[in-house]
Amino acid sequence: MTYFPEEVVEHIFSFLPSHSDRNTVSLVCKVWYEVERLSRRAVFVGNCYAVRPERVVLRFPNVKALTVKGKPHFADFNLVPPDWGGYAGPWIEAAARSCVGLEELRMKRMVVSDENLELLARSFPRFKVLVLISCEGFSTDGLAAVASHCKLLRELDLQENDVEDRGPRWLSFFPDSCTSLVSLNFACIKGEVNSGALERLVARSPNLRSLRLNRSVSVDTLSKILARTPNLEDLGTGNLTDEFQAESYARLTSALEKCKMLRSLSGFWDASPICVPYIYPLCHQLTGLNLSYTPTLDYSDLTKMVSRCVKLQRLWVLDCISDKGLQVVASSCKDLQELRVFPSDFYVAGASAVTEEGLVAISSGCPKLSSLLYFCHQMTNEALITVAKNCPNFIRFRLCILEPKKPDAMTGQPLDEGFGAIVRECKGLRRLSMSGLLTDRVFMYIGKYAKYLEMLSIAFAGDSDKGMMDVMNGCKNLRKLEIRDSPFGDVALLGNVAKYETMRSLWMSSCDVTLKGCQVLASKMPMLNVEIMNELDGSSEMEENHTDISKVDKLHVSEMEENHTDLSKVDKLYVYRTTAGARDDAPNFVKIL
Amino acid sequence: MSVETERSSTESSAASGLDFEDTALTLTLRLPGSAPAPAAVAASLSSSSSSAFPDADRKRASSDANPDRSSPLAASSDAAPAPKARVVGWPPVRSYRKNALADVAGSSKANQAAKFVKVAVDGAPYLRKVDLQAYAGYDQLLRALQDKFFSHFTIRKFADDERKLVDAVNGTEYVPTYEDKDGDWMLVGDVPWKMFVETCQRLRLMKGSEAVNLAPRAAR
Repeated sequence: MTYFPEEVVEHIFSFLPSHSDRNTVSLVCKVWYEVERLSRRAVFVGNCYAVRPERVVLRFPNVKALTVKGKPHFADFNLVPPDWGGYAGPWIEAAARSCVGLEELRMKRMVVSDENLELLARSFPRFKVLVLISCEGFSTDGLAAVASHCKLLRELDLQENDVEDRGPRWLSFFPDSCTSLVSLNFACIKGEVNSGALERLVARSPNLRSLRLNRSVSVDTLSKILARTPNLEDLGTGNLTDEFQAESYARLTSALEKCKMLRSLSGFWDASPICVPYIYPLCHQLTGLNLSYTPTLDYSDLTKMVSRCVKLQRLWVLDCISDKGLQVVASSCKDLQELRVFPSDFYVAGASAVTEEGLVAISSGCPKLSSLLYFCHQMTNEALITVAKNCPNFIRFRLCILEPKKPDAMTGQPLDEGFGAIVRECKGLRRLSMSGLLTDRVFMYIGKYAKYLEMLSIAFAGDSDKGMMDVMNGCKNLRKLEIRDSPFGDVALLGNVAKYETMRSLWMSSCDVTLKGCQVLASKMPMLNVEIMNELDGSSEMEENHTDISKVDKLHVSEMEENHTDLSKVDKLYVYRTTAGARDDAPNFVKIL
Repeated sequence: MSVETERSSTESSAASGLDFEDTALTLTLRLPGSAPAPAAVAASLSSSSSSAFPDADRKRASSDANPDRSSPLAASSDAAPAPKARVVGWPPVRSYRKNALADVAGSSKANQAAKFVKVAVDGAPYLRKVDLQAYAGYDQLLRALQDKFFSHFTIRKFADDERKLVDAVNGTEYVPTYEDKDGDWMLVGDVPWKMFVETCQRLRLMKGSEAVNLAPRAAR
């Protein structure tokens, strides 16, 4: 191969879009490593602490698109303490020093400050795409900086971030010269935006394809905007309350009807049942519909709309739709591929309006279904077995029975056989979340059948170490394992330690692992960071109290504490492979062994 | 700000390592007046001691001169999360989503655009919601309950202005009742509509046979 000029090799590599293929070719020889690293345009970092940012930018100086993920997935549910980490700063600073050609930055579950956004806005002259998902730490001031300096901005996508609102002006900072926007999503911003500035921005963005507004945008503004965006494919509406007159909605309908390319609808903030019929004319062309922030619509409103969406592929909805409504979905939406049913009232366990009936109906009516997130009141083995037979194409199957450890609603048995059927029949399953009463048996099935499983979420399940060990030994492709409130201890943790080097991460909270077990793991596997967190850290308080006692006493006390805590359970454990060593930004409640 | 406070309160009530089963059992099975287990204190602090009682007990408790019950605090805490929902991070709904939905509910309360209350039907496994502000009076509400939710129900009106819903299929009579701000269960229709909309916390279509005990209290 050496007789190929490097340019030719590089050209061949350009046909390898997947990260794993590029990783593979870079291992062939030194020349290929060099060619690959200098030609790599997109870099994905699944865990921001797995590698140092300086190392990444040094190896890939010509990177244009960088994706970094921060906190563990369970952070979504408040299981990771605030201030745990996941800071964007070091990444943006490193890129600003070495990769000024950066054009795209995507971050998920990271802490991004206004200073970080400011630096980003000023450092990369060709910056085009900023996607922040479930991030926090910044305000509309940071966005104003991005808007004013990134003159070529194509995409500003803010998904489910916690953004501090500093007034409506940030949107006015897009300069008049900014005409490149293709995608703008600010649905997560709570406060008002300047509707005049919004209309002008949209009017000068002829390439706009995706626009997701926030709750503050009125029906009248929306109608005006839509008249300027005939090529829109994806729309997140503003609020659709009944404070507006019928004429406003009539205008909206006629504006919507002109958007022939519109395929996806979301938003529906505060949507009043009155507004729903005005959406009907659009329904037949929709492939995506997100009604999951709309507790104001009930079964009849939802079904009247969904029954018209005959091309629907993706539906997100609240459980107000009820089993009966899901039957309507099943009979209307034959192309459905992704369904998410969220709880409308998650504070009261058991009040969810959907059950196994709705799921069975969907599975028999929608054979293309491959991705499911389903919060329900109850489930049965029989239903899961039917679902598995009807829809063998599941790639993602996440089922949440609201009440933990709830058995089969018909037989009172564990749901082992039902989930067993899912992993047995759905051979391509990559992501699985389980709930309900589950014994070790279900993990035996998972280890045996789920060969392509990459991410597994376990809660309130299993009876012994054997359960977790079956998963660790059986699932060859497992990348992420997250477990809470399950009786797995040191034996399971230490049963297959080499496995952790093939995985991105392991999370265990409120399980039976001890400090001793974690220490053993850390000493056996130096390439792993073993982070332990103890809630409301009593120990740090103690340390403060001890500051006034003499050194000898202090030593003595801490020794005693150590002996005492060696066998005590670790509240939260996060294990990941890393080339970076222990991180230096850990807060005092995190100990890295 | 509100996010932060919510987070810290949930975290502290989590009292890490507290097994869910323990919490639920302690909270639901504790006898009135008996001392709560220390572990359960955090979780039970914000919910009034009777919130975990079945409705029958609730009525009895409210007829006692229980100072907690009549205070507005107690009434609002009745709507607080059930103890079972106090497991941190369960159900696994993103906190962003929770906050967004809470915002929607909160704002509709604030501007009186809508007032959603839950409707329970005896014998039905799940609840529904109706927006009381969407109706002009009792007749509209009952018709909505009939049309939207329980298509096989018919309304039967009695001489004393009492209304009942009758299941046309099996003949069961349902009496519409509601819980007012004081936590008392009353018959629907015994106060002016506006007052009803303001005070109604939730609706329950009670089986006629069970509502017999309620009538004298409501008529009081």
